[in-house]
Amino acid sequence: MTRLAFLLTVLLAATPALAQPPATNVEDPRLYEVASQLRCVVCQNLSVADSPSEMAQQMRAMVRERLRAGDSSEQVLQFFVDKYGEWILLSPRKQGFNWLVWGAPLIAVALGLVIFAIVVRRWTARRRERVAAAATRPAIDPAMRERIRKELELEGER
Amino acid sequence: MTPELGHGAIIVAGLLAIYGALVSAIGGRTGRTALLESAQHAALGVFGLVTFAMLLLIYSFLTFDFSVRYVAMNTNLQTPYYFRITALWGALEGSLILWAWMVALYTLIVILRHRHNARELYPWVLTTMLGVAAFFLIVMAVPAPPFERMTPIPANGRGLNPLLEDTGMITHPVALYLGFTGFTVPFAFAVGALATGRVGDRWITLTRRWTIVAWYFLSLGLLIGGWWSYHVLGWGGYWAWDPVENAAFMPWLTGTAFLHSVMIQERRRMLKLWNIGLVIMTFALTLFGTFLTRSGVIASVHAFTQGAIGVFFLSFLSLVVLVSLALLAWRWEALAAEGELDSVVSRESAFLLNNVLLVAATFTVFFGTVFPLLSEAVRGVKVSVGAPFFNQVTVPLFLGLLFLMGVGPLIAWRRASRDNLRRNFLWPIAIGIVSAAIIFAAGVRSTLAVLTLALTVFVTATVAVDFVRATRARLRMGEGLLPAMGGLLVRHNRRYGGFAIHLGILVIAVGVTGSQAWSLHREATLKKGEAVELAGYTFQFAGLAARDAGNHFLVESTFKVTNGNIAPREMRPAKKFYPQEQSPIAHVDYRLGWVEDLYLVLGDFERDGSQATVKVQVNRMVSWIWIGGVVLTLGTLLAILPDRKKPA
Amino acid sequence: MKRRSLRWLLPVAALPVLALLAYGFRVNHRDIPSPLVGRPATAFTLTSYAGEPMSLEAHRGRVVVVNFWASWCIPACYEEAPVLERNWRAYRDRGVMVLGVDIQDKPDAGRKFIEQFSLTFPNALDPTGKVSIDYGVYGVPETFFIDARGRIRAKHVGAVTDAVFQREVDRLLAEAK
Repeated sequence: MTRLAFLLTVLLAATPALAQPPATNVEDPRLYEVASQLRCVVCQNLSVADSPSEMAQQMRAMVRERLRAGDSSEQVLQFFVDKYGEWILLSPRKQGFNWLVWGAPLIAVALGLVIFAIVVRRWTARRRERVAAAATRPAIDPAMRERIRKELELEGER
Repeated sequence: MTPELGHGAIIVAGLLAIYGALVSAIGGRTGRTALLESAQHAALGVFGLVTFAMLLLIYSFLTFDFSVRYVAMNTNLQTPYYFRITALWGALEGSLILWAWMVALYTLIVILRHRHNARELYPWVLTTMLGVAAFFLIVMAVPAPPFERMTPIPANGRGLNPLLEDTGMITHPVALYLGFTGFTVPFAFAVGALATGRVGDRWITLTRRWTIVAWYFLSLGLLIGGWWSYHVLGWGGYWAWDPVENAAFMPWLTGTAFLHSVMIQERRRMLKLWNIGLVIMTFALTLFGTFLTRSGVIASVHAFTQGAIGVFFLSFLSLVVLVSLALLAWRWEALAAEGELDSVVSRESAFLLNNVLLVAATFTVFFGTVFPLLSEAVRGVKVSVGAPFFNQVTVPLFLGLLFLMGVGPLIAWRRASRDNLRRNFLWPIAIGIVSAAIIFAAGVRSTLAVLTLALTVFVTATVAVDFVRATRARLRMGEGLLPAMGGLLVRHNRRYGGFAIHLGILVIAVGVTGSQAWSLHREATLKKGEAVELAGYTFQFAGLAARDAGNHFLVESTFKVTNGNIAPREMRPAKKFYPQEQSPIAHVDYRLGWVEDLYLVLGDFERDGSQATVKVQVNRMVSWIWIGGVVLTLGTLLAILPDRKKPA
Repeated sequence: MKRRSLRWLLPVAALPVLALLAYGFRVNHRDIPSPLVGRPATAFTLTSYAGEPMSLEAHRGRVVVVNFWASWCIPACYEEAPVLERNWRAYRDRGVMVLGVDIQDKPDAGRKFIEQFSLTFPNALDPTGKVSIDYGVYGVPETFFIDARGRIRAKHVGAVTDAVFQREVDRLLAEAK
């Protein structure tokens, strides 16, 4: 409640706005790119680019300052890693043990596709065998015929 | 007295649930219906008692009974009555009550709907459902009692977490929990199928609608969560790949895979093993999600308080995973009866690929979420795995899924003939390629955007081709245009409901892509009267004002927004100062639009109002995500309409 | 026969995952090891609440304790303020310096905090957050123990206790001799 005092000051200070030209500084497009790679340290899972917290605002100012000083994006990231450790990076560096997490999606998809290929081969082979076996038989039995008819019917509407 | 009554009700309900689960299992083995009936009565009792306990807690909230710790921690005298009701699920203990109540409710519905039509599975279904309910009740009885007393009784409560004072927070947990708990039902049927060995298609048929409903609520929960994140958290986005968001997303992915692979089992009687596996995975992932939020094992913004409760959750998760996987291994022979496939070019294989991608995406998200733990265990180094990682690795998977979304529903079952392919895909592919060229020519250079938009056009075209052709067929039968279209939707509600859901996903995909590719950000520190420009808009800082807003103080800035010809508008991003919170909370001001949203976040400011820092964002296409949610809802409603029996 | 036993790998495969999650109980997410320990402390100069320049360089050759705090950090900063003051008084004659850096704070609130605990060691506001970033601070309170050669030797997260202060400072003092 102690904040009431300063809030009142704010109220009293409200005076008509003076028309002034817009601030002309142009934002470095790299700022957002770099800041979104950094973890906002007070908010756990938001990036420095996104977090509305004061700490993040100060860290953005730091990024801005270093970019203006001529650092590359990578150098700015390294600057923060030196201070905070790898933890500050929202995506782990592609090196050493971290390859595991970067490789996981590829491994998962590759494994999935291999299983898919094996299953498809085995199942189509089985189908061929059965069709071949059925062809040697004199005629399709009535129950089978009925099933085929039903499935075709269903197919028509799906 | 009230708190003791509530606590007692929970304990009795827990005992009843355990009793019911046991009796139902014995009834299932011995075939004694009297035991089953007793279990049903127990389920009814559980529902009654949990409802009673939940009402008591709401009553404690409404009457400001600060002798109850949970009430004191989550409300104060300034909290309005509707947030006092929703404060019920504002934190750990109360959300458990809601959870248990939903499981109890679903159990009751299962009893009403399936006690006659699921004869042999039914006892095990009941056992599983009551077992899950019992677990939540035990957690509330031992490590996280909602009715715990607080001494000395504080004169005023601490107050609800201000971020939860929002309508999104009223609905988001309810939808999400309905989704999470909803998957208990298909899981219970899968356990029933495994336990009885009746692993045929019966359980699939019975749970189809349940699965769609659970999946829908989960989708809705995710979308509302995104909306809440967007307009309350004030960071300018709707999805942060936070562990807890991932935890809710993973069962959605496997649930989606299940919805599709089930169709193969229904039509072709294969994938029995796989489907049961997917249901187990989905249910286990819902538990994993609750474990993650409530154990503090992985750092997250959403984390509830930690404690012994994590051990309880992990034990239960282990029990569920190990027992159901062991059951699966036990019934392996019965399940592994392999399928047959006529050709790779068929709907079966499109659906199988869809499953490959969805499960790969689930694995990716899971591995990324737990990787910090693995890194620490193996290397002793803390790393973060966040949005930039997930965006990069999952996007190719989602693009693949978009493509399959166009192929799957139209390609023929069994074997797609050349004619079938030409008829269904020639035009959509042509249109897709042409649209990619147009989008590129229009100046879009983001590969992601070009690909997503072109794929979206392709999928939409396949849907259109199908619908137009079917309508024409009906027109030839002599029906009028509108009756033909309406009849199509009603007669083939599952198919067209599915299409509508696909369209909803497409709209969401466009929204996500657009917001990723075209949103603009800028931050500026402005003196009074100064302005900042972004995307043709001018935002002029006109000053600060402060006022008392009931349970907090509000420092509100005013920005005059002009855009060439449009009359100036005012936007008022603010900061809220809650007495119970250490740091102020940003209050975003936004103007939603079809194509772009204006989004202002107030940062640091001078107390005299002479200067303020503001984050200005022009977020593109975000509204499409919410619109997609509406389409998704309509599609789901269509899909779960009762099946019309065709005239013979 | 081989396949029959293989299927039991299914439940077994879940065990390492569950074990990893159980390992999570032992992890403290607040305890992030600082890469700065063992490295030279970054120099800084701020203006103290008393209006004087407060710099690290000025105390080279002494054991320096740099404490990051904020007036809104309840209760940890309120718990440790008397501890710091007490130990500062006890150790100041043995060549130990304590510097307080107030971060993400308003000057009035910071000044009030200093008055409330009658802090006598120098304290300064870090208006831009630059010092806190240089020290890799991610929350308050955090305390750095810097040896006589100007290297950061230890970092403590959370409220400092008498035991922690004395252990770290005694160690660095013993080395300096």
